[in-house]
Amino acid sequence: MKLIGAQILWESLVREGVEVVFGYPGGANLPIYNALLDSPIHHVLARHEQGAAHMADGYARACGKVGVALATSGPGATNLVTGIATAMMDSSPTVFITGQVTSKLIGLDAFQEIDVTGITLPITKHNYLVTDVSEIGPTLREAFYLARSRRPGPVLVDISKDAQQNSTDWEYDDSPFQLRGYHSDIRPVPQDIQKAGEMIQSARRPVILAGHGVLLSGALGELMEFVERTNTPVAMTLLGLSGFPASHPLNLGMMGMHGEACANHAIQDADLLLAFGMRFDDRVTGDLKGFATGAKKIQIDIDIAEINKNVRVDVALIGDLRETLRQLLDCIEPCTHNDWIATIDEYKGDSAIRDIQNMPDDGLLYAPHVISDLWRYTQGKALLVTDVGQNQMWAAQYYKVDNPVSFITSGGLGTMGFGLPAAIGAKFARPDAEVWVVAGDGGFQMTQAELSTAAQEGIKVNVAIINNGYLGMVRQWQEFFYDRRYSATPMRGPDFVKIAEAHGLKGMRVTQRSEIEEAIRSAQEADGTVVIDFKVEQEDSVYPMVPTGAHLKQMIRRPAPNPVLENV
Amino acid sequence: MNHTIVALVDDKPGVLNRVTSLFRRRAFNIDSLTVGRTETPGISRMTIVVDAEEQNIERLIAYLVKLVNVIQVFNLSSVPTVNRDLAMIKVGANAENRMHITQIVDVFRARIVDVTNTSFIIEITGDEEKIEGFIDVLRPWGIIEMVRTGIVTMARGTTPLYPNGNGNGHLAPSELIKDAEKTYEMRIKGEKIWPR
Repeated sequence: MKLIGAQILWESLVREGVEVVFGYPGGANLPIYNALLDSPIHHVLARHEQGAAHMADGYARACGKVGVALATSGPGATNLVTGIATAMMDSSPTVFITGQVTSKLIGLDAFQEIDVTGITLPITKHNYLVTDVSEIGPTLREAFYLARSRRPGPVLVDISKDAQQNSTDWEYDDSPFQLRGYHSDIRPVPQDIQKAGEMIQSARRPVILAGHGVLLSGALGELMEFVERTNTPVAMTLLGLSGFPASHPLNLGMMGMHGEACANHAIQDADLLLAFGMRFDDRVTGDLKGFATGAKKIQIDIDIAEINKNVRVDVALIGDLRETLRQLLDCIEPCTHNDWIATIDEYKGDSAIRDIQNMPDDGLLYAPHVISDLWRYTQGKALLVTDVGQNQMWAAQYYKVDNPVSFITSGGLGTMGFGLPAAIGAKFARPDAEVWVVAGDGGFQMTQAELSTAAQEGIKVNVAIINNGYLGMVRQWQEFFYDRRYSATPMRGPDFVKIAEAHGLKGMRVTQRSEIEEAIRSAQEADGTVVIDFKVEQEDSVYPMVPTGAHLKQMIRRPAPNPVLENV
Repeated sequence: MNHTIVALVDDKPGVLNRVTSLFRRRAFNIDSLTVGRTETPGISRMTIVVDAEEQNIERLIAYLVKLVNVIQVFNLSSVPTVNRDLAMIKVGANAENRMHITQIVDVFRARIVDVTNTSFIIEITGDEEKIEGFIDVLRPWGIIEMVRTGIVTMARGTTPLYPNGNGNGHLAPSELIKDAEKTYEMRIKGEKIWPR
């Protein structure tokens, strides 16, 4: 069949199971957009390429299929960069397709020409420059294969305009293919599984550290089975949230810098840590020298480069988490850890006393109240997408996610402005889900133009702006570590209600705790996207907090008028 | 400590850039790097000498292995090997020192490959130590110009380093999509996997 490159591209995307793409047209991808009109794939026009990238990312995280974003050459491609890096740091299966100037002009600084493959080399799993129409089909097959297999990640395909326009004979080829340097079938050594099994069996104070790998490999059921059989408490990384139900009695919640105190204590006191698809990020471990010094460590990860990167482990099982857990379950007998769990329960009690939820109502509106009420009135069943900063940490702490794969956030890169566009992408992936964005007033303003995208597409995501008039997380650090010198953190935002209304959307403002329920309910009943501006207490901080350089037990706890390091 | 790493890579544009970018990105310093074709068409062989601690070398190799265009990686630091570097050295030569230089060249089993009235180009191959020694001896005679290839390394013995560099078979995309959908179902359908 004689097809032009652009037609081959859309046909290939259909064959890869793509139903929706997010993008922005321009001079160097005109042929692709021309052929789009004849394709069954739905295109969502973002308002900025970064938005398109986050949408593809949010889509991929919400449903596990590959998210696709399109952009033109030059500035279109460079605008994608933050989104690609976000997907890279959080292992999100995504394919980015950029237009490139005609191959004859490459290297001559032509209009809107930029070295995209060079720029994105360190922030993609792999990337391609295609200048030959016959390479488009095979390259896209490889790109999708790389994006979704092993440790997923972003793959970029840069296609020159002449390759998009030229025609060639093309038939879709579904036969297996080989990549000499890339093996997807990675399995742990059986002896190591045996050894890990013995260590698990003899541990007295084990803790599971559950990361993003649980979600990426679909190991939620295996994790549950493992926990129930071995009665091992589970601490979650930020990206591991919603890989294990928050209401489960053995769930300790998030660990690390803003983790639950009980989780951090349990990790430090443990004699065995089981790292399931997590990478010992510095936000998780605190000071490495003081990290869980009494614990043996078993790490399961499909990425060999994560083994012994930050923390030396005693046994490394390199392979797919789900498969590996199954094999591990085959050699483990049921066990109990009643004394250990009782110790952890004591820590939990202490946390409850310090929780602002349990403190007397002083009439002020606190962010934890907002998140907690949001959790209550959505029955913990919303698909929550957060922005970055205090809002993100409060969402992680107070929205007790019970639905699987229902917490989407930019963890590794910590990209402000991620929330709204990622939520739009997530809504396309799961149209039936009740999608809520939790964003700060700062992050929301970075990508608020995407409200226009939501309005044009007629889709419903509800936005809860935690508006404290500050770049709150930076302000918190300035309060704790820079003598309250609030440099460039006070921020006077626009009238968010009017912003929503200007987009033809419903906007609301909440200043009292008593108004939260009604606002949430009316947002749920409204037809389209809704923005609620929660005017919260301006100088509230996220507790607990492990300062940089401290170990996990050295947490700043609430309340502390003059924060002090506590050695518990 | 110096480590010698051999990497078999796809002979494609940009692959050298991917490898060197990785060293830069992960803050490793390359001591010497050589690239050349192998007996298998489409596969190039890199010999990279890098100064790093043992623990970091493991990590570096893991990153190298992860590059899609890198087929196999070997750390040859702790196996018996033959190492060769080649240098071409241009020295000033006149009637007085000609004989001296020729003798030195003989002693080191080097070769004179170009002669003019005022200069020699001398070619020498050997391990790093031998070449360094040769350069030291030549230096007083006046080195005009020098070029070195960097080290290439081969493990001793008959076993080839690699079994012709073939990867595993891969699944067809239709199966992969099915796989993704299966995972998707497992991920989303909470009531199925979380029994409570």
